[in-house]
Amino acid sequence: MRLAKIFACLVVVCVLGMARFGLAADTIKVGILHSLSGTMAISETTLKDVMLMLIEEQNKKGGLLGKQLEAVVVDPASDWPIFAEKAMQLLTQDKVDVVFGCWTSVSRKSVLPIFEENNGLLFYPVQYEGQESSKNVIYTGAAPNQQSIPAIDYLINDLGVKRFYLAGTDYVFPRTSNKIDEAYLESKGVAKEDIIVNYTPFSHSDWQSIVAEIKRFGSEGKKTAVISTINGDANVPFYKELANQDVTAENIPVIAFSVGEEELSGIDTGPLVGHLAAWNYFQSVENPANEEFIKNWHTFIKDGKRVTNDPMEAHYIGFNLWVKAVEKAGTTDVDAVLKAIVGLETPNLTGGTAKLLPNHHLTKPVLIGEIQSDGQFQVVWETEKEVEGDAWSDYLPESADLIADWTDPVNCGNYNDKTKTCGGAEAPAAPAE
Amino acid sequence: MGRLGRSIALVCLLAFCLGQAPPAGAMDGPAVVTVAQAGVGGPEGEALAGEGPGAAAGGEAAPGGSPWLTQGVIESLASSKVNDRDVAIGALSGDPSDGATEVLRALLEGRLMVERSTMGLFVARPDGTYGDLATGETIGDAGGRNLRKAGINNRQREGLVSVINNRTLLSPNLAVRRRAAAALVPSKNVDPVLIADLLTRETDPLVAKSYGKILALHTLQDKGARPGEVIEALGFLGANLTPEAREYMRNLAEGDDPGVARAAQAAMASQDSQLEHIAFFETIFFGLSLGSVLVLIGIGLAITFGVMGVINMAHGEMVMLGAYTVWGLQSLLPGQAGLALILAIPVSFVVTGLVGAILELSIIRYLYDRPLETLLATYGVSLVLQQAVKIFISSNNRSVETPGFMSGLLYLSDHLTVTYSRLYIIGFCLVVFLMINLVMHRTRLGLEVRAVTQNRAMAQAMGVNSRRVDTFTFVLGSGVAGMAGVALSQLTNVGPNLGQSYIVDSFMVVVFGGVGNLWGTFLGGLIIGMANKFIEPINGAIMAKILIMVGIILFIQRHPSGLFPQKGRAAAL
Repeated sequence: MRLAKIFACLVVVCVLGMARFGLAADTIKVGILHSLSGTMAISETTLKDVMLMLIEEQNKKGGLLGKQLEAVVVDPASDWPIFAEKAMQLLTQDKVDVVFGCWTSVSRKSVLPIFEENNGLLFYPVQYEGQESSKNVIYTGAAPNQQSIPAIDYLINDLGVKRFYLAGTDYVFPRTSNKIDEAYLESKGVAKEDIIVNYTPFSHSDWQSIVAEIKRFGSEGKKTAVISTINGDANVPFYKELANQDVTAENIPVIAFSVGEEELSGIDTGPLVGHLAAWNYFQSVENPANEEFIKNWHTFIKDGKRVTNDPMEAHYIGFNLWVKAVEKAGTTDVDAVLKAIVGLETPNLTGGTAKLLPNHHLTKPVLIGEIQSDGQFQVVWETEKEVEGDAWSDYLPESADLIADWTDPVNCGNYNDKTKTCGGAEAPAAPAE
Repeated sequence: MGRLGRSIALVCLLAFCLGQAPPAGAMDGPAVVTVAQAGVGGPEGEALAGEGPGAAAGGEAAPGGSPWLTQGVIESLASSKVNDRDVAIGALSGDPSDGATEVLRALLEGRLMVERSTMGLFVARPDGTYGDLATGETIGDAGGRNLRKAGINNRQREGLVSVINNRTLLSPNLAVRRRAAAALVPSKNVDPVLIADLLTRETDPLVAKSYGKILALHTLQDKGARPGEVIEALGFLGANLTPEAREYMRNLAEGDDPGVARAAQAAMASQDSQLEHIAFFETIFFGLSLGSVLVLIGIGLAITFGVMGVINMAHGEMVMLGAYTVWGLQSLLPGQAGLALILAIPVSFVVTGLVGAILELSIIRYLYDRPLETLLATYGVSLVLQQAVKIFISSNNRSVETPGFMSGLLYLSDHLTVTYSRLYIIGFCLVVFLMINLVMHRTRLGLEVRAVTQNRAMAQAMGVNSRRVDTFTFVLGSGVAGMAGVALSQLTNVGPNLGQSYIVDSFMVVVFGGVGNLWGTFLGGLIIGMANKFIEPINGAIMAKILIMVGIILFIQRHPSGLFPQKGRAAAL
């Protein structure tokens, strides 16, 4: 009896394995490298689901190059070294044609060398600190000039803000982003004593002193705003303390770069109404393409209450660009796809088009939204046209002369436009070829 | 009534003198002009001054064809373009009638709805009905109409708040008037003549003080003011803390007139010392409140870890379950966040106590005297509990409402405020601590627990059922952790990881305070909280954490059994 069971199991495994092998010959493999467990699972699981949805839709349309797409899902478990391991596995064992994945900058940095060594292709969907451009990565999220710089312009020009409190979680994205913001503010004539930068640990929960400091800083007769790069869990107690100490959006608005629809779904948003966020996509934007995307998402995930957010749109754009590039190149070969993809355009969900630039970043509209009581954002300002993503910030002296251009003749991730040389000691993230 | 009548008469007079204000762009004009306009309606000034939904009748009061509500205004308000809405808001701000105020208030509170197909405007009333602004009709419900909220942004909200505030400057309600006057202090464009007139008629000292600040601030900005006036204004602002004046003082201190410069410096110094005092008291309060949170989460652990010697890694998850109880009760009792929160205190004790009982009876009782195994087993339990919450509830955070009585500020003086939520939590911590002490020192169970702690074998010999005592102690510790969760639900995320972020802190408090000593935990928690809050403003939050850790390590090196070491034979165990 027992033997029979074991035998049956073996047969099933063999059949499955053969089926997989048989399919593998005529499928295109799409790797999905998002954490499904650990602290980042909350955010990244959604991105895995949206990729599965996009792949399913593409397969219904008849696949790509006459082949079906096959998703290969791995779980790097919010652990940065495991990201590197799993990336290696996807590229060398599963031999996927493309990978969509990563969320935190540290996870991207940990897989970067793997993708460069094995000539893989990674689509990275999250807004990030910039100062990087790799031949093997397509950055579909916002660079700083597509998020924080326009947001600061909005604060200065539209709200008349004169003082800035930069509050961030202590890791690479807030530190780099704040460095750029500070340089930009100073270039705008904001005095040094009108800028305070403050860092807090991950999951910081006691915000009393910091909110009191913000309140004091904001009460000295100059319009004050908080630029928040506070990440993840720490946001809830932060906003709660703001509400408790009666810091409302009218006196001291807070503009956040890491708070989207998904993050708000766990907060009582009543006291937050009017605080701001800067993204390239909001679920509330009324646009036929967006409405269809939301409808499909709700059907796919079987939950009409799930929200959509900016990184989901980034995957949507990234996937469509990749599909177009493969169709144009007629192959999934990474070099051919990379050659084909630069200059391709695909519609955004909020209207307008996303164009892939030679520096592997996109053109994106920048939207500023105010938090509403239902946890959605209402767009209060947007750029007139799409902004071109800039890999190297013009406001930092060490990167002002650097550009990235992955087309001939430059073909370099950190090309110094002044000295006409590729690569430099200060740019370890994007080594020369 | 007499005073109110006078004020209204005054305002009418002023309005007459000023004539009709320009309808558009009034939002950006001198803020106080709108005070005068508010009075144009004569006796209506009183009704206007009422706040809140009392004025909800606005829709009916303004039937179609009323002078302010032209089709143009409706269309502009419904527009999704900011500039169009500016025009409409400007027009409405220039209109003193009840109806206009109500539309502005509805817009500010997000109750102004736009029908997507017709671009008609509706005001959502608190009773769930809608008023059609164009016709003045009331409709029962949205009735399948495709409504969206009328757009508003921060700048417009700011303008509306000041317009509505100014209309309440004449309110007979003292609290409302105080708030409106205080809100006017940072405003840049005020008419000093009007304020001076209002000041002579104001009887309340606090409102008068706000007016005084406004006038003094105006003097500082006034290029034509005589040095004597400026020095007097600086003296007033220095004595009555007005941080808004900081920028002008700084400029005056660097100015040419030596007398004024000296006065400005003196005023700044006086403000600085007042601010320092306030910051000092605030820090003490922050330290107390952080300390009481630490005590709350530590005290349950002090019972199980200290008294029983069980290293319960699942302690944090008990806290988390307590917080989820609040969420559960709030979902069961929609609209009664306060009641749910109060009910959650006993319910969470029962829920987490039960989980604790199951845990003790099924796992921990087999592992007494094997600390390493207990540690690993309870760590496993903590993972199981976290995953259970992720599977059965959600891996996302749950939103817990803060009831009205927990939110807001208690004004101890103009600038020294404490938040109600923290105040309640400090009180809650004291009550919980007191009750645990009562249980430990005034009940038979407490006596038995202390006996078992001191000498298990001897207690058993005296007829104490030590097994039963263990179970009850563990239930008590878990239940208290659950109650701590209720407090935390008001401060932080309610999510599966809630417990993990506090487990280290709670162990730190218990070890620092002295294992097995409730008073040690109490004082330990308060000291750590206080130290944290005093270091944080100087060195930042990250450094504060590190310094506290280092401090505790050094302290434990010197005093291995904490602040209050156990004495007697039990200490040797």
